[in-house]
Amino acid sequence: MKQTDPTDFVQAPGDNLTRAAGKQLAVYAVAAIAILAAVMFLLNALAGMTSSAAGMSRMAVDVENNTITTYLRTEPPQMNSMLATDAVSGMVLAHVMEGLLRYGPDDELVGGVAERWQLDGNTMTFWLRDDARWSNGEAVTAHDFEFAWKHLLEPTVGSQYAFILYPILNAEKANNGEVPIDDVGVEAVDERTLVVTLETPIAYFDRMIAFVTYLPANEAFYQQTNGRYGADADEMLYNGPFMMTSWVHGASMQLEKNPHYWDAERIRLDAINFAHMTSDASTLLNLFKDDQIVMADLGSEMLEEAMLQGWTLSQFMEGTVFYTDFNHRPERLTANLNLRKAMALVHDAGELVNRVIKLPGYLPGKSLFPVWLPGAEDNFREEYPAPTYQRDVAQAKVYLQRALDELGLDRLPPLVLLTGDTPVSRIQAEYYQEVFKRSLDIDLVIDAQIFRQRLEKMTAGDFDLVAAGWGPDYNDPLTFGDLYASWNLNNRGRYNNPALDAQVRIAQSSLDMAERMQAFGEIQRIIHEDVVMLPDYERGIVYVSHPQVRGIRRHVIGAETDFTNAWIEAGE
Amino acid sequence: MENNPIIRRLRPADFEPLSAQASAPMLVRPSRSYWQDAWGRLKSNKRALVSLYLIIGLLLFTFVGPLVWRVDPALQDIDQISIAPGADRSAIVVDPFVAWDGVSIDEGYQGDSGLSLTGNPTTQSVKLRWNAMPSASGYRVYRNNYPTQNLAALGLPLLQINNTRQMFYEDRLDLRPQTYYYSIAALNESGQLTGEYESVEADVVRVITVNEVRARNLSDNPDALQQGDQVRLSFHPLGTDYLGRDMLSRLMAGARVSLFIGLLAPLFFVAAGVLYGATSGFVGGRVDALMMRFADFVVALPFLLFMILFQVVFGIGPGESGIVPMLIALIILSWPATARLVRGQILQIREEAYVSAARLLGASQNYLILRHMIPNTLGVILVTLTFAVPAAIFTEAFLSFIGMGVAPPTASWGSMCNEGLKTMLTHPHELIFPAAMISITVLAFNLLGDGLRDALDAKMRSTE
Amino acid sequence: MFWYTIKRLLQGVLTVWFIATATFIGMHNVPGDPLSGERATNATIRANLEARYGLDRPVTEQYFIYMGNMLRGDFGISYTQQNREVNDIIREHFPVSATLGILAVLFAALGGILFGALTALFRNRLPDYIIMFLVIFGISVPSFVLAALSQLSLVNMNSALGFSLLPVAGWGTVSHMLLPALVLGLGTMAYMTRLMRSSMLEVMSSDYIRTAKAKGLSPTRIFSRHQLRNAVLPVITVLGPAIAAITTGGFVVELVFAIPGLGRYFVQAVQQLDYTVIMGTTVFYGAFLVFMVILVDLVYGWIDPRVRLQ
Repeated sequence: MKQTDPTDFVQAPGDNLTRAAGKQLAVYAVAAIAILAAVMFLLNALAGMTSSAAGMSRMAVDVENNTITTYLRTEPPQMNSMLATDAVSGMVLAHVMEGLLRYGPDDELVGGVAERWQLDGNTMTFWLRDDARWSNGEAVTAHDFEFAWKHLLEPTVGSQYAFILYPILNAEKANNGEVPIDDVGVEAVDERTLVVTLETPIAYFDRMIAFVTYLPANEAFYQQTNGRYGADADEMLYNGPFMMTSWVHGASMQLEKNPHYWDAERIRLDAINFAHMTSDASTLLNLFKDDQIVMADLGSEMLEEAMLQGWTLSQFMEGTVFYTDFNHRPERLTANLNLRKAMALVHDAGELVNRVIKLPGYLPGKSLFPVWLPGAEDNFREEYPAPTYQRDVAQAKVYLQRALDELGLDRLPPLVLLTGDTPVSRIQAEYYQEVFKRSLDIDLVIDAQIFRQRLEKMTAGDFDLVAAGWGPDYNDPLTFGDLYASWNLNNRGRYNNPALDAQVRIAQSSLDMAERMQAFGEIQRIIHEDVVMLPDYERGIVYVSHPQVRGIRRHVIGAETDFTNAWIEAGE
Repeated sequence: MENNPIIRRLRPADFEPLSAQASAPMLVRPSRSYWQDAWGRLKSNKRALVSLYLIIGLLLFTFVGPLVWRVDPALQDIDQISIAPGADRSAIVVDPFVAWDGVSIDEGYQGDSGLSLTGNPTTQSVKLRWNAMPSASGYRVYRNNYPTQNLAALGLPLLQINNTRQMFYEDRLDLRPQTYYYSIAALNESGQLTGEYESVEADVVRVITVNEVRARNLSDNPDALQQGDQVRLSFHPLGTDYLGRDMLSRLMAGARVSLFIGLLAPLFFVAAGVLYGATSGFVGGRVDALMMRFADFVVALPFLLFMILFQVVFGIGPGESGIVPMLIALIILSWPATARLVRGQILQIREEAYVSAARLLGASQNYLILRHMIPNTLGVILVTLTFAVPAAIFTEAFLSFIGMGVAPPTASWGSMCNEGLKTMLTHPHELIFPAAMISITVLAFNLLGDGLRDALDAKMRSTE
Repeated sequence: MFWYTIKRLLQGVLTVWFIATATFIGMHNVPGDPLSGERATNATIRANLEARYGLDRPVTEQYFIYMGNMLRGDFGISYTQQNREVNDIIREHFPVSATLGILAVLFAALGGILFGALTALFRNRLPDYIIMFLVIFGISVPSFVLAALSQLSLVNMNSALGFSLLPVAGWGTVSHMLLPALVLGLGTMAYMTRLMRSSMLEVMSSDYIRTAKAKGLSPTRIFSRHQLRNAVLPVITVLGPAIAAITTGGFVVELVFAIPGLGRYFVQAVQQLDYTVIMGTTVFYGAFLVFMVILVDLVYGWIDPRVRLQ
């Protein structure tokens, strides 16, 4: 007797079981959707505490409320100006706080809280405005600056940017715990006058004063926050164009116009919503397309679409210089000058930028000093054009052979290229691997590390080449020029050249701008001839912005994106 | 009873014993064991056959492919970055690039007052010159892929010139053989557009230098090449990626990595999970509880952290692809899910009648587990296995996404998907091909899993 | 049942302790310095930072201090965001991830059971093929591709429709939850569909179903009371780990849809070696997972009367 296949039970057409099951499943499907919907609403009510957009305008531009909506790349790690180190915190701080000096719309230094200032030998005196106020109505006094600066120099506070105050008398010593804090050369003579004594007279101190670490803090308020200063919107006082009225960590932040700001008439927006915190480029572009945010930085693959849509594109030099650094420690192969020269003659920054990275706005690197730096009169790079190497493979091979002879090797062992994990650094590393292999038969091993591990290896000197970058802290060539001084901890390759050190000292101490610029020109030349590093590119950003919003500024120094002078052009 | 027709036909002779017979009709089919039966059913299952062919095809692709298509997956063809399959690959020979000084003008000068091109626009460079504009204190150079309509949509800003001395520009950024629309816009003193601009159209031609031809072996007789000769660049049947590397050879290389991890890891961790879960479920009691707690412990460990740790422990140096540590980490951290699943099944099966029967017959524990229980959980195991394959491939892709996957220039399908995702809108082929390979692999294993389950399911054993 | 639960909970505590210890050891052996920054700091500042975080003590002492604090519920302060306590970070962001995860798993489970049952019932007919095709799609497309594609499609749909069908990114209302949960749950749903299908097919061909039919039970009753209930068991088994896995693995979806969840924080913490966040999150996730597993086991025992809980 043939045994029936048990599945015949459910295969027979019109079978009761199938029909019944089908009906059951249909009922079940409806129930499932109902359950899902109910759960969604329930969870939404429960999780309401972290709503990011609740109560906020969902349009990029809200003409009625004079509000714009935009984004932050990440959650600001630290809103305490004394401890902040990153660009996002810096950007928000530039909107809600104001220092003695600030940068105006054309990147010129203008008075902020300080009305007048004067340099006299190694003393700088600031006279503060009468009408500068905190957001609780109290006046901004000179004592607020004295307190903030002295407090952040205290060793126990552990501020990573304390070094930017070192031009002040005794600041470094106090930070190292060698002298008491009160010896530091800053004093509030009276409520409106601040006297700063410097170690040596320096010409560029006013440019450093505009940096975020020099912002004031109201001492009474600070003490009563009990260590939570800068942790939440209500744990801070604001003396800038805007106040932070809401901060949902990891989700959103809202700024409103500060009525107590002395120059409030200049500010034309009523509120700025940072309604999203994400760095994903496609997400940001989608938000822009959906009219949710007013601007977005574009990656190279989005440009085609931007041009197709007819968007207005803008570009700005972001200010950072990227280069490939060598390890100059004596036991390393890369300490050999001929080897470095060989690599420099094969390296073509133009090809890297134009053919490989292909991001518009990137300038092929020629020097440690970027194109936007001011010189004695005008522009540093125009006054001191950077010497460069042209690609010459035959000559490179000659140098390589010399290097091999000096090192007593037949062939170079693989060299380690330490790099980061961003897409651009990966592309760059792979490109270098190919270039050096094909032209010089040098094997490059790519060591891609995430941030902390890369820093540790850099400090330990565990690399032969490293893809590095440097961003400016203030608007003077010295912020780049002292990078390779032998005493600079950031000189991770441990390059040591007394001639360069001497030039750096001149640049630090001289008061004559022309003399200082000449020193920088010398430094540029030494770096070129000694092949201290290979300049790769200077980063620029292409971005798109909402046509109705005008006056958005992007700065190299200070807030990367500046909405303080922005306004909404109605009726377009 | 005498009325029943069958009873009436019975006779005493029907109850005599039969004598021995020489032969008797045999109505049995040849005896087949479980495995022979399974194999037979597998062969007749069409979908399983298809999947088997697919898998054989994949294996051929992976191992025989590179022998046939001998292109180095790491070779960067800079002139053909991100080209689609079937794109035109002709190039004209020119002299090597010399930076333009902005003054000298070649033949082929395209005159037009205002903005003009100097020389022929090629992929090497496009030279622009323009005359002074009255309102200008500076200029900005724009490039558009589409005809420029108005001031608001000039295109991509390439360079800003903050003086009126420089009135030339040489564009070298990512030039493709297509038509570009350049514009020069006048700026006022504060760097804002004044509204005045000029545009020009440029049809860019792809060019190549003799050195490059020689270096890449594109011609049999490179020395005989004159300026203006035509040369064909290397052939890439599936296009190239973001660094000009051949997609086909990268897919083959990637197959080795992805299939290695995608096949071996699931095999091992499912096997480990099955044995662990079966034992735990079968033995029960405190041992079961202890084993399951250990499994919970393993699941809760942070995968990422231990991935890094394994790589360090195995001494994976910089730039080496830690494939083996990745494999081991995947195995060690993934088996608990299978173990739980199998244990659940075993707990069910344990109570079945045939198990008690076998035990009464004196079966040992090993025999029970291996011969009775595991085959009956095969359905669930096979589903898990066929899902573990793409999961392993994707975990590897995720690791590449956050930078802890294979090191460059090694390729894997997962990392190729990552890269292709970025250029999805403009160069979809970079995403489609690796994604398709993953999908085909997944499909093949799913069909195979289906077929295997149909073949191995003891309850569906066919009888004749 | 009661004592069983207590016993499991105690075992769970022990498991969590093991997890914490293993993570602590692992974390301190990974190379890298949690206090390093782009700008090198001088020795004094460095020493002060170390003192503040207790990194200057020997590792074993750090361990005991940490465990002691943990028992009191204090997970310390984040290294990268020095104003936020780890407790606050978890408290503010876990509900988001949990919401997303629960929805995704619910979606996956309900959908998986439904579709799996359908394919088993209509085996080798059209619904089977359609659903299996979707399943293959769901498992062969990586989550980041799916997330990016879905967001892009939504944008195009919004602009084509002229109004915002669903928000493209962000979090806060019910409509923000829909697409991310769908994307997150799709892979698991495909898996559960297959599981359900295979399990259902086995159940359908088993003896007791034939018995039930022979007994004359109504088809509805056979289906819901016997077939469905038994076939659902493997799905339930993986539900617990699935919730935990989805909740902890939603990093990509959280990034693409700009959702302030814990997954994003955790991956960043590992990348930046933020010790306290890593430890706190791992212990928390571990506890959550253990709890889920216990819950699932209890549910399992309730559904299947043959399983004797010991």
